[in-house]
Amino acid sequence: MRNFLRAHPNEVRLFFGLLALVVALSFASKSFLTAGNVTSLLNNNAVNVIWAVGLLVVLIAGGIDISFAVAASVTQVLCAHIFAALGGGNWLIGLSFAGVIGIAIGLLNAGLIVAFRIISIVVTIATYNALFGLMMFTTSGKFIYDLPDWWVARIDLIQIPGAHGASASLGLPVAAMACAMAATWFLITHTTTGRQLYAFGDNPEGARRAGVNVTLMPFIAFGWMGLMAGLGGLMQVNIVQEVVPNALIGRELDVLAAVVLGGARLGGGRGSVLGCFLGVLLVAITQNGLNLLGVSPYAFKMVIGVVILIAISSSNLEFSGRSRAARGVADAQAA
Amino acid sequence: MLKLLEGAQRLLGGSVLALMGFLALVVAAFSLATPQFLSPENFGSMAFQLPELGLLTLAMLMPIISGGFNLAIISTANLSGLTLAWILNQNGGPNAGALAFVIGVVAALGVGGLSGAAMGAVIAYLGAHPILASLAMMIFLRGLGEFLTRGGDISGFPDFLHGIGHGAVLGVPAPLLIFVAAALLWHVLLSHTRHGFAVAMIGSNIRAAEYSGIATKRTLTLVYALSGMMCAVAGILMLTRFNSVRVGHGDALLLITVLACFLGGVDPFGGFGRVPPVALALFILQALSSGLNLVGANQHLATAVWGLFLIGVMMLRWAGPALLKRFPIAKE
Repeated sequence: MRNFLRAHPNEVRLFFGLLALVVALSFASKSFLTAGNVTSLLNNNAVNVIWAVGLLVVLIAGGIDISFAVAASVTQVLCAHIFAALGGGNWLIGLSFAGVIGIAIGLLNAGLIVAFRIISIVVTIATYNALFGLMMFTTSGKFIYDLPDWWVARIDLIQIPGAHGASASLGLPVAAMACAMAATWFLITHTTTGRQLYAFGDNPEGARRAGVNVTLMPFIAFGWMGLMAGLGGLMQVNIVQEVVPNALIGRELDVLAAVVLGGARLGGGRGSVLGCFLGVLLVAITQNGLNLLGVSPYAFKMVIGVVILIAISSSNLEFSGRSRAARGVADAQAA
Repeated sequence: MLKLLEGAQRLLGGSVLALMGFLALVVAAFSLATPQFLSPENFGSMAFQLPELGLLTLAMLMPIISGGFNLAIISTANLSGLTLAWILNQNGGPNAGALAFVIGVVAALGVGGLSGAAMGAVIAYLGAHPILASLAMMIFLRGLGEFLTRGGDISGFPDFLHGIGHGAVLGVPAPLLIFVAAALLWHVLLSHTRHGFAVAMIGSNIRAAEYSGIATKRTLTLVYALSGMMCAVAGILMLTRFNSVRVGHGDALLLITVLACFLGGVDPFGGFGRVPPVALALFILQALSSGLNLVGANQHLATAVWGLFLIGVMMLRWAGPALLKRFPIAKE
């Protein structure tokens, strides 16, 4: 336990910050700690968490991806047409197609990065514009409402009886989120590939000399990101019950902010699934709390900007030599 | 002929020459495709459209050369525009005088510079990553703008502003003049002053720069302050072009400015980058989009072509040295 606390100073700090926020909000608003509010928080942020753990893997491997929200939109649009052509389909077919399309876009990014030695931010900004432009050109930005029933039907997995007869429930997207988190956690902490991703992100040349296949790493990281982008896109449709080609644009930067808040380092080699989840929750709970406290919705973003600024400013302050020593311990354990 | 090329290359740098070739190619292709492309009307409309993106790209350029990023450029421009709009409206709206405009411009530049300086200070003194710090600033400034305007837009400005956004001096569109002046200023600042040298050194290796006695923290703060002021200029121009200000105006340009910088040969890791190739890259992007518009495509297809074009240029940059090695004559 103590080792865990020392090795994850950022997650611990974030956790206590979040705890303080939750305690304060539960005193300030009666409806905050209700089953209904908590489940809707999870339902509404499931897609963000799915994308966040995908982006986490890319960040750990030392890259960055700007194009995943566009990839998710492209997946949605293509899936809508494919399912229409198939005359229906089911979740198994849906998941396979969304996964394959997402992974294909991820591998395209990785291929460009590896083949032409372009850094990931340049590649993903280019593919962002190329894919978004092509998608909007071919669809003319038209909404798609004609979707198969299985895709848009609400599936309640866990029912929690509420106080006033209104029951709260966790839907399919939350289950998908849990699966994505568990799978990503397993990949990055319990497989050789995961260790190699950390090593590659921290020091590519060092990793190469240690025998890591450095050509393969970007393909794994961006492939994983693509898979999560596709899965998130599929779940988003289940929540909003329509496909709006440009609805997801802009979400990539919010997710990026949340992931980095969660301790992933831009530049590679650090980050955890727990931190990722806490980062998304911090932003979500702040917004939810402001809403419950009756603050004008127009002020939400302003406050969230300040919260992120404070969080990054405080996480970068070195508390004398202690945190450096703690990091030394963590590194020694990692090695 | 080869000697002439070589001389030009030495004078301008290889990337400028290659980009000029691209520009010539794009212009030639579109003038074959449609007779309207080489018309004065088309060049006029290009000259009116380019400066907005151009000024924002300059604002993005300096932080990238310093090894950073500024994702807050659009929101800074919006908020600066709002400042000017508010001061104009306080002083009579459509009847506001030139003095109110001047005060408004100074205030807008101040707001842009201050928000940039605050972001730069967080990056320089607290060591926050530029992408994250500017991302937080972007969310904050956009939120502030939404809070102040309730998501609506502000309009109703004096008539003389129309002359800045749509007028011309001796046949040259006023926005283009503003952009050329800003680009010249940026070029001198980056290539011929201590500050510019310090920015490039910080971008190459901030620790080495620090040990060589460069005031890295002060320089970085100044980089983002200057970037914020350039955003303010862009915001003011946008106000005069659209005759209204709204938070979110120009959001789509954010990543295009990064694309333009990379196209102009700026090193994504910082340290290297010059204004002339970036300006050329901007002309190419504008020519592509105007040309596609003339042949009947829309802006979305142009965006796609921009993205593909960047990938293509990056491939050529990678293949270029290898090709030179295989055909040594070209090198002689």
